[in-house]
Amino acid sequence: MAETTVNVSTEEKKRVNPQMENFKNVWRKLRQNYLAMAGGILIVLFMIIAIIGPWITTGDPLAPNVADRLEGPSSQYWFGTDHHGRDIFTRIIHGMSITLYIGFLSVFVGMIFGVVFGIVSGYYGGRIDAVIMRTMDVLLAFPGILLALGIVAVLGGSINNVIIAISIFSIPVFARIVRGSTLSVRKLEYVDAVRALGASDFRIIFRHILPNIMSPIIVQATLRIATAVLTASGLSFLGLGAQPPTPEWGAMLAAGRNYMWEHPHIALFPGLAIVLVVLAFNLFGDGVRDALDPKLKS
Amino acid sequence: MDNLKDNDTKTIIKVDDLQTSFFTHKGEVKAVDGVHFDVPAGKTLGIVGESGSGKSITALSIMRLIEAPGRVKGGSITFNGEDLLAKSEAEMRRIRGNKISMIFQEPMTSLNPVYTIGDQIAESYQIHQGLSKKQALEKALGMLELVGIPSPKARLKAYPHELSGGMRQRAMIAIALACNPELLIADEPTTALDVTIQAQILGLVNDLQKDLGMSMLLITHDLGVVAETCDYVAVMYAGKIVEYADVNTLFANPKHPYTVGLLKSLPRHDIDQEELEVIRGMVPRPDDLPNGCRFAPRCPFAREMCVERLPDLEDQGDGNQVRCWIHTDQWDGPEVNVRDDYGYSESTQS
Repeated sequence: MAETTVNVSTEEKKRVNPQMENFKNVWRKLRQNYLAMAGGILIVLFMIIAIIGPWITTGDPLAPNVADRLEGPSSQYWFGTDHHGRDIFTRIIHGMSITLYIGFLSVFVGMIFGVVFGIVSGYYGGRIDAVIMRTMDVLLAFPGILLALGIVAVLGGSINNVIIAISIFSIPVFARIVRGSTLSVRKLEYVDAVRALGASDFRIIFRHILPNIMSPIIVQATLRIATAVLTASGLSFLGLGAQPPTPEWGAMLAAGRNYMWEHPHIALFPGLAIVLVVLAFNLFGDGVRDALDPKLKS
Repeated sequence: MDNLKDNDTKTIIKVDDLQTSFFTHKGEVKAVDGVHFDVPAGKTLGIVGESGSGKSITALSIMRLIEAPGRVKGGSITFNGEDLLAKSEAEMRRIRGNKISMIFQEPMTSLNPVYTIGDQIAESYQIHQGLSKKQALEKALGMLELVGIPSPKARLKAYPHELSGGMRQRAMIAIALACNPELLIADEPTTALDVTIQAQILGLVNDLQKDLGMSMLLITHDLGVVAETCDYVAVMYAGKIVEYADVNTLFANPKHPYTVGLLKSLPRHDIDQEELEVIRGMVPRPDDLPNGCRFAPRCPFAREMCVERLPDLEDQGDGNQVRCWIHTDQWDGPEVNVRDDYGYSESTQS
């Protein structure tokens, strides 16, 4: 009896969930990928800035200070001031949360709808598949920024409408990937086996198919955040997104455009911020892709 | 359960003139074409045939798991007096895994890699008996003990990749039998396993069937498995049953040339054999079936009438049902004793 107990406990220790095992593998591969780790560290840093930044920066990102307008970088104003005399550093720190909020939320919403459409399409096939996927094809036929422009033009310019626009043009990207993965998983014998067990479609889809197609969804979500950030800044730059005086980087970039020659720092720092965030997510996303699914590497 | 024992001759499932076709752009493909059989309570019916003979499609038709472009086109399937083909999808879900269970061929891929064995057995109870996870896992432990998995408590938390093929098939059997089904459909349950493990699994299935008093439909291409396990045998060829008999009659006195050919191609240890016998030719493609007897192109006795007209499955009076012109009074050729003339007993071949 004592022997069996010992046996069981050693086996217990060795026993790991294959998902956990997989997670460990992914983490090991990610750690070896210096670029991806740099991206990951930057993302964490950005998130910390987004959360605590507004509490530690002095000054109001919206308050004009006509006396100090258009000043270059100095010890008082690290990134200089803009044409209203607002501290650019403070505004960029405050803009971080807006950028990440748009990036995460729009991709999350797009992902939810895309996964549902894709999984339903791939699982049921036939006419449902045809209707959903042709609709997705129509959405994909527009260049992303053009579609977002159109949606924001209809809905009106605001941060929430930007999120809606980016969500909508993210849906088909997720739907396609999820449909493909669903098609390959639903043909596997264990799906037949649970169906023969009397499981409902809902149960099969969410309990048995979804957990097995998470890798490509995670990879795509990470990479899409970079696109979302870039598109959101683009829309705001064009005046269709966040409205002044919101410290949104795209809008700041647009405002700095008029002072490009005499005071380039006004446009330079928001531009750099956008580049850094997009770069961080792209590096991290590429690393996650390589680690999660080497087959996806093109 | 008790009334089942009282009435041994009760029929659990009766399949009548079952027709399952796949409708492709090339036209209708008849995978199962007018199959009849019934399984008495507590008995085992073996369905034997080569790949593509329609035996798995017959099983999936009973479970109503045929997917588009396939469809059960005609016939009836009566389970415990109820017509399965008239059931709604929701009613079928309550039957699947509960009253009729199925074991699949590939234990390696029939278990979901991301859940533990315990979770997957418990799922059966959660679906059909509405048990909580904890109660379901307790019952799952009992099932693991029943199917003879060593240290079941630890195995409950094991993932499929941690088990051997034989252990996985035992786990699959535990899942299938969890809700104490009245009919178990085993689709080539031992094909993917090592020979020694095959014997263990067959022994286990046999014992459990006797203990639990369930009926079984065993699909296989292995006549050895049939001899060990079945009470009745239906030999299928190209979507039709060609011979139907109880197991002793079939092995002692096979009547259809195809059955004899199958028996002849088994390796034998009682005679000297240079090479294994084969049935020459291939199963006809289901989208291009011969008009007459479907075995005629491969049959050593085939005559013009065989190529032109399809014989019926006829009762031979001794328990055998055979679909072959040789055994009818319309046979226009010389007298043939299929068994001897095919050379089954002597097994000599020029």
